[in-house]
Amino acid sequence: MIGWLGALLRVGRKLAAKTETQLYPEEMPKLPPRSRGRIVLTRDPDGKERCVACSLCAAVCPVACIDLSKAVAEDGRWYPDHFRINFARCIFCGLCEDACPTSAIQLTPDFELGEWRRDALVYEKHDLLIAGEGKVRGYRYWSVAGKAIAGKDKGEADHESPPVDLKGLLP
Amino acid sequence: MSTTITIDGRQVEARIGDDLLSVCLSYGIDVPYFCWHGALGSTGACRQCAVRVYAGPDDTKGRIVMACMTSIAEGQRVAVADPEAANFRARVIEWLMTNHPHDCPTCEEAGSCHLQDMTIATGHHVRRYRFTKRTHRNQDLGPLVTHEMNRCIACYRCTRFYRDYAGGRDLDAFGAHNNVYFGRAEDGVLESPFAGNLAEVCPTGVFNDKGWSADYARKWDMRATPSICPHCAVGCNLLVDERDGRVRRAQNRYHGALNGYFLCDRGRYGPLHVVSPQRLAVPLLGGVAASEHDATAAAHAAIAAGAIGIGSPRASLESNYALQRLVGPERFFAGVSDAEVKLLRRMIAILRAGPAKIASLAEIEAADAVLVLGEDLTNAAPRMALALRQTARAAERELAAQKGVPHWLDQAVHTAGEGRRSPIVLATSAPDPLDDIATLSLRLDAEAIAAFGVAVAAAMRGNVAEGLAAEGQVKDIADVLASAKCPLIIAGASLGAAAIIEAAAAIAAALGSRARIALIAPEANSVGLALLGGDGIESAAALLESGQAMTAIVLENDLFERAPRAGVERLFAAAKTVVALDALNTEITARAAIALPVAAFSEAAGTFVNYEGRAQRFFAAVPPNPAMPSAWRRIAAFGAGDWHSLDALIEDIVAERRDLVGIATAAPNAGFVMSGGKVTRAPRPLSGRTADDRAGQFADAAPPQDPDSPLTFGIKGSRGTQVPPALITSYKMPGLHSANAVTRFAQEIGGPLRGGDPGTLLFEAGEGALPPAAASDPIGVDGLLLVPLHDAFSGWELSRASALLAARAPAPRLMLHPDDAATLGLAAGAAVLIDGRPCGTRLSLDAGLARGVVAVSVGTVVPRGALRRVTIEAAS
Ligand code: SF4
Ligand code: SF4
Ligand code: SF4
Ligand code: SF4
Ligand code: FES
Repeated sequence: MIGWLGALLRVGRKLAAKTETQLYPEEMPKLPPRSRGRIVLTRDPDGKERCVACSLCAAVCPVACIDLSKAVAEDGRWYPDHFRINFARCIFCGLCEDACPTSAIQLTPDFELGEWRRDALVYEKHDLLIAGEGKVRGYRYWSVAGKAIAGKDKGEADHESPPVDLKGLLP
Repeated sequence: MSTTITIDGRQVEARIGDDLLSVCLSYGIDVPYFCWHGALGSTGACRQCAVRVYAGPDDTKGRIVMACMTSIAEGQRVAVADPEAANFRARVIEWLMTNHPHDCPTCEEAGSCHLQDMTIATGHHVRRYRFTKRTHRNQDLGPLVTHEMNRCIACYRCTRFYRDYAGGRDLDAFGAHNNVYFGRAEDGVLESPFAGNLAEVCPTGVFNDKGWSADYARKWDMRATPSICPHCAVGCNLLVDERDGRVRRAQNRYHGALNGYFLCDRGRYGPLHVVSPQRLAVPLLGGVAASEHDATAAAHAAIAAGAIGIGSPRASLESNYALQRLVGPERFFAGVSDAEVKLLRRMIAILRAGPAKIASLAEIEAADAVLVLGEDLTNAAPRMALALRQTARAAERELAAQKGVPHWLDQAVHTAGEGRRSPIVLATSAPDPLDDIATLSLRLDAEAIAAFGVAVAAAMRGNVAEGLAAEGQVKDIADVLASAKCPLIIAGASLGAAAIIEAAAAIAAALGSRARIALIAPEANSVGLALLGGDGIESAAALLESGQAMTAIVLENDLFERAPRAGVERLFAAAKTVVALDALNTEITARAAIALPVAAFSEAAGTFVNYEGRAQRFFAAVPPNPAMPSAWRRIAAFGAGDWHSLDALIEDIVAERRDLVGIATAAPNAGFVMSGGKVTRAPRPLSGRTADDRAGQFADAAPPQDPDSPLTFGIKGSRGTQVPPALITSYKMPGLHSANAVTRFAQEIGGPLRGGDPGTLLFEAGEGALPPAAASDPIGVDGLLLVPLHDAFSGWELSRASALLAARAPAPRLMLHPDDAATLGLAAGAAVLIDGRPCGTRLSLDAGLARGVVAVSVGTVVPRGALRRVTIEAAS
């Protein structure tokens, strides 16, 4: 008797509690920045594309929905000449973001990916590339990489000494 | 002598004196290493292969040694897993990585990088070094090889390969200690025709394949297919990598008896002809693009009017056979000159008759005295030249062995061997890149080479000839060959001289059954075509002229390369219609009434027969394209047969031709399935499979179908060491992603693959008696003997269509000895006429040439053909 009265009380109390259910889409949820929704490609602090087309995200993707191919820009940077994600396949696991050595690929809190046509869920690079750095501020792969590009010669990356002078006589 | 040693508690058999690392690796016991290489031996540069070795049962302390520098000894106990050794290895890799750039994402090597593998294997994953990194500037090493020196770990593999193994001079180590630099003295094209191997030899991303980098895909994004190099008669085994239906690169596929670990650059970059803009992509009628329907209808009509078939030494045996079936054996011709047909038949007869055994490349390396008659191996069969460079070092190894230096201690062998060279005699007409390893180089014209060979044979039988160009040497050479344990004679069709082949046969006969012989055919399937039968182009023209046929079907052949122009023009004049089937646009497809596109070697399966008579199968590396079917499929549609797959066609060949039964066993047939399914070309995982919308289908549910091979394009299937050797698509093993893991696939280091080296020898020495040689046609005495100059970087029309090789190929040459030029009143740079016809290049002079010859680039300036004399005069 006490048992079920107690239960009734506990249930009854819920009547006055604040509801968890939200009236989406009238009321938009506030998701933390780390929640995993629509994927974007971000840019370096200098505004250039961050992605170097290393294909690590494509390799780690458990559903293999990322497809890209490497090209080399005039200044020597590697970049993807196409970058495609099929959001109809993506399971928003975030492994690509984890794998990305340049912080280019990031998941955003936007989960609203409803489309009438499924092929509209295949996003190309111009759909993915955003203007800013996203969640990771300040990181620029090319400042730490040993590969030279225009404007960053050998020896000019972080933690690098000037190139060895092979003709020098000092040991 | 063999003994049992204990490695981590496991008892293994090993030969006393072998190096411990090789033994570990061949038993699949992973010891991290960098500087050791199966073909280059040990040098002890990287200090990565540390293990603990206990001298015997009483030794409880043991000591840390480098496995690659330690000989196997009786009763040895080895602890690879020893904590101190493991810690030692982890520290070594940490040192190696202190200067390593943060490059993996933009490094071509990543994903199949030995350094990545070893770093992960040793457990070094946190960088503690906080100081600055040493950096280097890169060099431009030409169109084939990239250079990114920061990634170097100073294993010295590159220079050991380039200099010690391949005889190159222009790559070296500079600087000292931390600064050591591997490159050229200054920027410039790497000269060696084997430079491309650096991409595979270097365990890091310093050297890579420049062509691949320009059309890049990660290793894990490419499907790989076993293939055969279509660029010369050696028949090196390739892996062809594909992504998105496009071939991205060719790599070495290990073959114990042939190419081993290395290819030549023609074989590595030449296969990129399949992506050249020179491809014939659509059917042509009268040189104008036409619909498939119209073109095949026109071809049907032309063939119905009575046709002859002209085969090709660069087409598969199957396509040639299909054509032979279509037109009948009397109307099938070989697509080379009559003279070359005769020469090749004779070469095969000599090989078959014995007594000399046919030498594989591995056996060439094992020879202890070599005579090369007339062949410029570096340019005609490049990989064989690389083998001969190893032969040259046999004497050195022998002396070193007497002093107790094991053969794998390569540096020490160099020193202990006191520079001794095995006897190698080159008798050629033009300066030869192998001159630096030859103990004697003779510069003779083709007739003198033959006479010299005959004299050597006679001297071996005790008859001394007189009045010869190289009289003084004949007796010595005969003695050297006669006293050798494993003498080897190399000759071939390069100079088009039947007499040279006969001389080689005579020497081999005089030497008896311990002799080995290698006769170099001109192209990848020259031997296969000769086995099928059929006379040459001149005979084809004669048959057309007699009015017995109206149409000539030309299979994958630019005839103007392979036979004198006059003969080919006769053929065009006599044929009412020429139907050309080819993968490339050539002069033939442009002039043919009907041209039909067919698959290139990377798009269809087929068989090539190499210089040894080894039938080897290649498979389609890209999904079949119905607009460019295999040539034999087109020919089957003309009514040659009802073959639904390559196996059905092979069944017919084998039923009809008992001498060709071997082709059926060259590789498993399309029905071959392992417990894991068909062998797959795809790596695991193949990324991007579901990136496109496919209306709800899982992309891999229907991988492209290929009825002609036991391989699948899908991701599900068998991989690994149990795969039959002819079907190996990858050396990937758990934790090992680079080609270095090939050690797992060979029976022993450098030996045959597990399950035997792929391919089937169609004939062997000693099968028949040699009929006497037919009298050769006289070539007169007027004019200069024509020496066709081959070139490692150009080869025939296929390899020249590769943009990468074209960037490396020298300009066509025409050379005279200065004295001959003076006699003719010609100076360097003069425009000349060959037999009254202008030629596309200017005269250069070379005092290294034999007298009385004119050396001319073959294929580009002159077509190949029989040995002949030409007149050279100034163009007015
Ligand atoms: S992992 Fe990052 S840098 Fe590499 S391809 Fe993907 S997005 Fe680009
Ligand atoms: S060589 Fe290997 S470890 Fe070094 S950057 Fe390239 S992939 Fe990475
Ligand atoms: S360049 Fe490559 S092969 Fe040469 S020493 Fe450096 S890491 Fe070794
Ligand atoms: S061209 Fe000849 S030697 Fe070179 S890789 Fe091809 S088959 Fe081998
Ligand atoms: S592999 Fe043994 S020291 Fe380098």
